[in-house]
Amino acid sequence: MTTQTPSKPAREPGIFTQTVAGFGKGLIDVVSTIGGVVTLAIDVARWSVRRPFRLHNLFAQLDFVGVGSIFIVGLTGLFTGMVFALQTSEAFALFDAESLVGPTVALTLTRELAAVFSALMVTMRAGSAMCTELGTMRVTEQVDALETMAVNPVQYLLVPRILAGLFMVPMLTILFSTAGMTGAYFVAVGGLGISPGTFLTRTQQWLEPVDIYEGVIKGAVFGVSVALICCYKGFNASGGAKGVGQATTEAMVASALSIFILDFLVGIVMH
Amino acid sequence: MAASGPPSEDNAGMSTKPMIEIVDLHKTFGENKVLTGINLSVPAGSTCVILGGSGSGKTVLMKHMIGLLRPDSGQVIIDGEDIIPMGVQSLQRVRNKFGMVFQAAALFDSMTVFENVAFPLREHTHLSEDELYAKVRSKLDLMGLKREVESKFPSDLSGGMRKRVGLARAVVLDPKIVLYDEPTTGLDPITTDYVDEMILAAQKGLGVTSVVISHDISSAFNVGDQIAFLSKGVIVAHGPPEQLRESQHPAVKVFLETWFGKN
Repeated sequence: MTTQTPSKPAREPGIFTQTVAGFGKGLIDVVSTIGGVVTLAIDVARWSVRRPFRLHNLFAQLDFVGVGSIFIVGLTGLFTGMVFALQTSEAFALFDAESLVGPTVALTLTRELAAVFSALMVTMRAGSAMCTELGTMRVTEQVDALETMAVNPVQYLLVPRILAGLFMVPMLTILFSTAGMTGAYFVAVGGLGISPGTFLTRTQQWLEPVDIYEGVIKGAVFGVSVALICCYKGFNASGGAKGVGQATTEAMVASALSIFILDFLVGIVMH
Repeated sequence: MAASGPPSEDNAGMSTKPMIEIVDLHKTFGENKVLTGINLSVPAGSTCVILGGSGSGKTVLMKHMIGLLRPDSGQVIIDGEDIIPMGVQSLQRVRNKFGMVFQAAALFDSMTVFENVAFPLREHTHLSEDELYAKVRSKLDLMGLKREVESKFPSDLSGGMRKRVGLARAVVLDPKIVLYDEPTTGLDPITTDYVDEMILAAQKGLGVTSVVISHDISSAFNVGDQIAFLSKGVIVAHGPPEQLRESQHPAVKVFLETWFGKN
């Protein structure tokens, strides 16, 4: 009679190995996404200067990304300015410097908050829609159908979306700052009793055109980055409805992170 | 097998000059060898059905024909031109010779039926709106689609109607070649017969070369002038339908027995 020795069960990888493997996989994913987004950016730049120029598609995206975001960006800006005026006035009141509420809100909005918040709003409203629309087109072979009809999908689908991000987020940034300053004015002047002259004069003294340019440039950078990431994730979605959902989640996280990282990097370059 | 030698025409108007020629095509995805040396010749004006089980590489082969995938090695010669070394713009020119009908139709869901069929015309021609309408209407008529359908969105159509709109869109530019990716999958027998008739009508009426990917044996024998059987990444049998029925290749025999029975 022969006896069989049971084979050893495969050893489960230890917690350390799993952690290192997970970290490595995450790192590879991040590097491959950055590589993919950069490659896509080059492709988009190349196709954006080639004929035919589909102005109808571009205007549709400008309308969707920009005009469609006016209400939500304006409202967010209004309340951000109001809250900021309320909080800073309390702090400045401690050393009788309420006159600095206007300039403080103005500088914070124009240099930082307007661009960051506008880009976040566009990410949530338009970026998610871009990603799901492109992802659905990819998994239902509509993108392949475009290619078989000798229409380049990067030029037809992506170029108008990226250009809309480039042109409209800076405009929304200006809108956000304007709405924010309006909100701050009403809280400071109407609610806290700061004189209108003080609020406006002090703001005028401190606010330089370069502060506004900084916000606008940041808005353009964030707009391109958000649109590129959302388009890249949607364009490369796979695995049906679940895959599109996962791509959209990844696009939202990556877009939000890119806004904060680029905010820091552009800030370093501009100061 | 498809004839080789100097181009000639047979009685049915079918040329023996190959419109599509595939030479020693290999494609691997990761560890998975999908195509392992495909050789195929499709004469101009004929209908070639590529038959095979699920996962045999039929769709991958078709995507190579239109340049949606690049092979690891081999040649894909369309109307005398090898498309593999081509750049994007040359490939776009060659793609204008094709129309493709997708398995799930792949209609643009944000456009109406009319806009879907008009799309290739708007992209590649300078027709006036009246000429464009007439052209779209003629293709919808060819597919038996009435005027009321024009303003509907793809989500409002049945599977069979979507396939017909997909075919109307594929032939609206009068292409030389039409590719059908599993055109009868998921359709009831009556609609399947209707789709088969459409494929035959497109071939006879427009004189196109057709390649049909299918695992539907009945449909393959209905529409195919020749049938190529794909198994494990190679074409193991290729010829007219009656010749394929006599094939002694084990994979072909097992596959055909599911339809014709063991005798």
